[in-house]
Amino acid sequence: MALLNFLRDVIRELFRGPLVYWVWILFLWVIIAVGGWSYIGQLNEGLIVTNMSNQVSWGFYISNFTFLVGVAAAAVMLVIPAYIFDRKDIRDVVLLGDTMAVTAVIMAMLFVTVDIGRPDRIWHMIPVIGSFNFPSSLLAWDVVVLIGYLLLNIGISFFLLFNHYTGSETKLKTYLPFIVLAIFWAISIHTVTAFLYSANTGRPFWHNALLAPRFISSAFSSGPAFAIIILQFVRSVANYPVRQSAIDTLAITMTVALQITLFFVVAELFTDFYFEGAHAASAHYLFFGLHGASKLTPWIWSALILLLIAVTILTIHSLRHNMVLLNIACILTIIGIWIEKGMGLVIPGYIPTPLGEIFEYLPSMTEIEVSLGIWAIGLLIFTLLAKAGMAIERGKLRLHDDSEISERV
Amino acid sequence: MASSKRNKEVKPEAVNQYRRGFLTRLGLTTATAVTSVSAHGAWSGKTMEDGFADFFQQHYQRMTAEELQETLRRIERKAKQQHGVRISCVDTPPLDGVVFGYAINVSKCKGYRDCVEACLEENNLAPDIRYISVLELDEGSMNLELADRYYEHEEVPVEGKFYMPVQCMQCDNPPCVKACPVNATWKESDGIVVIDYDWCIGCRYCMAACPYSARFFNWTQPELPAERINTNTNYLGNRPRPAGVVEKCHFCTQRTRMGRQPACQEACPTGARIFGNLLDPKSEIRYVLENKGVFRLKEDLGTEPKFWYFSDR
Repeated sequence: MALLNFLRDVIRELFRGPLVYWVWILFLWVIIAVGGWSYIGQLNEGLIVTNMSNQVSWGFYISNFTFLVGVAAAAVMLVIPAYIFDRKDIRDVVLLGDTMAVTAVIMAMLFVTVDIGRPDRIWHMIPVIGSFNFPSSLLAWDVVVLIGYLLLNIGISFFLLFNHYTGSETKLKTYLPFIVLAIFWAISIHTVTAFLYSANTGRPFWHNALLAPRFISSAFSSGPAFAIIILQFVRSVANYPVRQSAIDTLAITMTVALQITLFFVVAELFTDFYFEGAHAASAHYLFFGLHGASKLTPWIWSALILLLIAVTILTIHSLRHNMVLLNIACILTIIGIWIEKGMGLVIPGYIPTPLGEIFEYLPSMTEIEVSLGIWAIGLLIFTLLAKAGMAIERGKLRLHDDSEISERV
Repeated sequence: MASSKRNKEVKPEAVNQYRRGFLTRLGLTTATAVTSVSAHGAWSGKTMEDGFADFFQQHYQRMTAEELQETLRRIERKAKQQHGVRISCVDTPPLDGVVFGYAINVSKCKGYRDCVEACLEENNLAPDIRYISVLELDEGSMNLELADRYYEHEEVPVEGKFYMPVQCMQCDNPPCVKACPVNATWKESDGIVVIDYDWCIGCRYCMAACPYSARFFNWTQPELPAERINTNTNYLGNRPRPAGVVEKCHFCTQRTRMGRQPACQEACPTGARIFGNLLDPKSEIRYVLENKGVFRLKEDLGTEPKFWYFSDR
């Protein structure tokens, strides 16, 4: 019965809010509607409404998917200090990290769903009823780790919030094993996603042992960047108590991760270009263009410049401690990594094709609209989950001492 | 022979034009597109029963004999509704004691692309799909990046060029099969890598995995003019494909498993194509492998193609 009360109170909380809250929710629904409308068009006409082709058969959707798996994994950068280093200031906000992870995984799954040609056959993936090529297919692995990570994060968050709601004590010992599991699992989701690419022996741009480390390091810069912005946002808008030391720790994490990320870029550029061979064709296309085709070149150079500005701000202490500059660095990092781990990673893998054909790709309007719709769904999910979560954390939502509680006990 | 014009290849630009043209025909706004498409959509002209049976259809390898027969009849009904053509669709299991292999005599290939034409007619290919690409390369180089696959000359062969047809290599260690998350593609006992078009979810991971660009996706419902449809079809081969699934060369299973040669081999006017049973010591393909200097494309990747190249020169 406490569960019913919990759900009732949460739903009540979600329908309570100032005018700005409702404007925000309405705004998100408008974008979701536009994206949904575009997706219906895509369902009817087929993926022909995208700019993907037999040459470049994955595009904007899978680029966003890849980036978001990284954001989901990066929640661990709050979980590790909160529980392993026992940082009270971070444990106060760790639920926001879990919320970010849940949101990012759901968005990643939506991006895969809109990319597949036959969503009506998705049940073919269900073991026993369908036919699931596990452990052979890396895509099957990705499905397993993403669903597992989603359930793990929902489970832990729900357990903590529900206990807080009922006022029962939560002993760290009881759920620490799940926290530790979630930490390893977080690393695994982005590693498996990297393996999804590096498994392809016929695509030299991806078939590269540095890919997984690069994925992890870039995720650990873009994820904390999101977290820093979110924490400041809830502090100022929702008056949620966020201590500056939590933000400082995230900023340091992000700084080191971004430095490593850029070092990895240099290592890869050296290997590709010191003695350039056929394996470097895709990198050549990405950074300099190939046989006159260079649509991605402005993207990747913008990304690198943004990341260089960000790493400069972050590395110099006095600049990093300036909140305005820190926020600029966060936004630059998010955009930079979104390009580098999105379009900058997926598209060059296809250019040139294994048979040497150069056929370029940029997303179509449909792809952009559907993607915006999914981002709006993500923001909506995050807003609702975070609002309910914060209300419970601050004790605004509590199980009232009525008959139900005595029934439960 | 050499003077005839052979420029039927489709350029990607042309494909895109075709795609745009298709969209314009549908009416560019989504609203009209939705209505006009739903008139030909998944449910139109189909009985409710067929619709359900389509949705719940089992994986090819798991169907009972009766289920398979029902499915084949349903495929024939669908072809009638969708393309207005009465086709026959049969199941052609692999033959015992047979593993197919292919070899191309590069010195004999003149780049006529008769194989490409024959393939598209035999296999009911959509306008933007060609299972065979004939690469035009400069003599003395195998740099595929410099290959022209959309050449349009008055006359072939062009002086100083050589021609190299590429299609699915039917790898013995196929990366695409490993990649598929739902086992919709697999290697049969005769070595042919096949696809269950009704099981494929259209994720296109196999296309990323293929080192030979041999796989193609149906970006929309393929438009097949009724008069051009080859009505002799089989389940794993040349039957009309639905939208949103991957397809590729299957060594003409509808022919080769009945003891015939693939359409591309039959069409080749120069005898550059040698196809046969690798397990038969007296076959021509075995003669080529034993007596010619053969090589395989990207052999270093470990995919073990059953597709060889050789030269008389």
